[in-house]
Amino acid sequence: MTKILSIKDLHVDVGETAIVNGLNLVIESGETHAIMGPNGSGKSTLAKTIAGHPDYKIRSGKIIYMDRDLSELSIEDRSNLGVFLGFQYPIEIPGLSNTAFLKAAINAKRKYQGLDDLSASDFLIDLKEKSQMVDIEQKFLSRGVNEGFSGGEKKRNEILQMLMLEPTLAILDETDSGLDIDSMKVVASGVNAFRNETTSSLIITHYERLLNYITPDYVHVFHNGAIIKTGDIQLAKDLEDRGYEWLTNP
Amino acid sequence: MKKNLMNDTNNKNKEINEFLNKSYEYGFTTEIESETIPPGLDEEVVRLISKMKNEPEFLLKWRLKAFNQWKKMPQPDWAKLSIDPIDYQSISYFSKPKQDDGPKSLDEVDPKLLETYEKLGIPLHERAKLAGVAVDAVFDSVSVVTTFKDKLAEAGVIFCSFSEAALDHPELIEKYLGTVVPIKDNYFAALNSAVFSDGTFVYIPKDVRCPMELSTYFRINEAKTGQFERTLIVAEKGSYVSYLEGCTAPMRDENQLHAAVVELVAHKDAEIKYSTVQNWYPGDEEGKGGIYNFVTKRGDCKGENSKISWTQIETGSAITWKYPSCILRGDNSTGEFHSIALTNNLQQADTGTKMIHLGKNTKSKIISKGISAKSSQNTYRGQVTMSKGAKDSRNFTQCDSLLIGSNAGAHTFPSIDVMNPSSILEHEATTSKIADEQLFYCMQRGISEEDAIGLIVSGFCKEVLNELPMEFAVEARALLQVNLEGAIG
Repeated sequence: MTKILSIKDLHVDVGETAIVNGLNLVIESGETHAIMGPNGSGKSTLAKTIAGHPDYKIRSGKIIYMDRDLSELSIEDRSNLGVFLGFQYPIEIPGLSNTAFLKAAINAKRKYQGLDDLSASDFLIDLKEKSQMVDIEQKFLSRGVNEGFSGGEKKRNEILQMLMLEPTLAILDETDSGLDIDSMKVVASGVNAFRNETTSSLIITHYERLLNYITPDYVHVFHNGAIIKTGDIQLAKDLEDRGYEWLTNP
Repeated sequence: MKKNLMNDTNNKNKEINEFLNKSYEYGFTTEIESETIPPGLDEEVVRLISKMKNEPEFLLKWRLKAFNQWKKMPQPDWAKLSIDPIDYQSISYFSKPKQDDGPKSLDEVDPKLLETYEKLGIPLHERAKLAGVAVDAVFDSVSVVTTFKDKLAEAGVIFCSFSEAALDHPELIEKYLGTVVPIKDNYFAALNSAVFSDGTFVYIPKDVRCPMELSTYFRINEAKTGQFERTLIVAEKGSYVSYLEGCTAPMRDENQLHAAVVELVAHKDAEIKYSTVQNWYPGDEEGKGGIYNFVTKRGDCKGENSKISWTQIETGSAITWKYPSCILRGDNSTGEFHSIALTNNLQQADTGTKMIHLGKNTKSKIISKGISAKSSQNTYRGQVTMSKGAKDSRNFTQCDSLLIGSNAGAHTFPSIDVMNPSSILEHEATTSKIADEQLFYCMQRGISEEDAIGLIVSGFCKEVLNELPMEFAVEARALLQVNLEGAIG
């Protein structure tokens, strides 16, 4: 096993407010970690900080991804090195077709790797196969990125992008929120298809529901910007039964 | 550098500014020896222009009439444009380029320029001509043109320089010249009518569908049309033509003032599709040295069921002032205007259209996309008039503005006059900004900031880009990217 992500005593500020306070986390290849926690506990901040969102400033501590200090890498280089963020609220880009967007993203990564552009036919074959996996109709692909998509469609589209870009580390930020049970199953099967011994996932969620379909290796409870308890799937089930109160306010 | 991109608003603006700051490195100049009339404008100069072109008498008279009219008119002043005073006496009104002077082959052409052509996807045989390579050295190009001319002649289509047409088809010129844009129309149209250098004439005979896109690329017998271009296109009953003007390759020109006139006449059941890509030198970051592009373009849907459609991609020039318009005279006639205007640095664009509905059941559609970056100002100005007789006529207008950074301006001035109770008008307008979160989303997917802006802009312009002929649309997309990135650091 290789260390994919290693977070050491991380402190993150948004503006003047400290959101993440002394977080430690190690993710090895092949592992799936779930982070659970009440609203405002800093879960999404962690996701955006790893991806390099400029509003989130690292005050101290380090995020090491595959032996590289992420704070030294640009947003797009992090992506091209295999860090994927599934957004909680995927933004619309009107008029830019999903297909054109995905192609640009894939070819950006290939360029970074010193490869030629993917041929149109290889791209389309791959796209067709993977869009079927997440139950996205062909006609959606010619529509603008997330333009007029329902909540479920947006989230499935995030999973499609993840499958197409084949990242090493997938961070899914509340991908399950607002999904009906069918969409959730689709999302879960997409994530399970992505899992293998060389990839890792960090799944941020409110509810245990999604974890019934994606069984994580570890479940962490996040509170006040740090992990206060780590366990396995049983911890998620306990949280479902008892809420967060017994941990956050013992 | 990029990871700190959106640290705060100020920083963001600074970054975007740097990003947009890249100078116009693809501009080029060709030294051309020319026969030139000394600067200045009086009646003698007008006579001399006409004489040097061996023009028929009627044309000289027409020019003189225009000149006398122009002298009486004041230069207009626009609310949203700031224009430095123009010294009309310092302009040389006739300049005949010599053809045998340019580079002898592409090997002699600036490699940077060739790189731009590459980026824009311009076909090889066109690159040489665009780069100003002497015509007789361009074998590819010549053979293309020959086949092209044969095909057109077979169909009976006339496609030649305006000067040639004045000599070979004077009756057509006399019949149509100034019928759509009269001499008195405006200050710059009057000036153009007096001193127009050259331009294009197209005539499509009855029931002929022009067998190919007519492009100024191919009008090889006339290398430079100069600053006062005149275009006249006549489509006879039941005919069809698609005309492409300009090119995506950057065009540098020593003439600061460009005042072109374009007249289109569509007879019954005829259709004219007119596409423009304008990419003249916009000036440096301080706005120095750019071209003033003051153009009068108008189409007359003269016959029943006729259709005129304007599509324009305006990315160049320091100041653009143009309103390609349609007079919907024939019953059931249709006018369309599809526009992308992109301004950067200190560029100013004031563009839009006029749709004048006269006939019954006439239809018009206006789609305008303005993109403004840095300190540029981008204005849509439009007029839709439904006259008394234009019963059951319809207009749909959509005006969208996209701002990049926090210093650019977008303005919309629609004017609507309705004089009958059965017309229907719809107007939609939006203004948006490229959101930081859109850029972050793209960059999280591995796309660089430059490419992300290009993608977002091309998405914004999709409806208009779709109106362009296929291969041209690809070039136009690249052009938008180059002009943002090309304007970008």
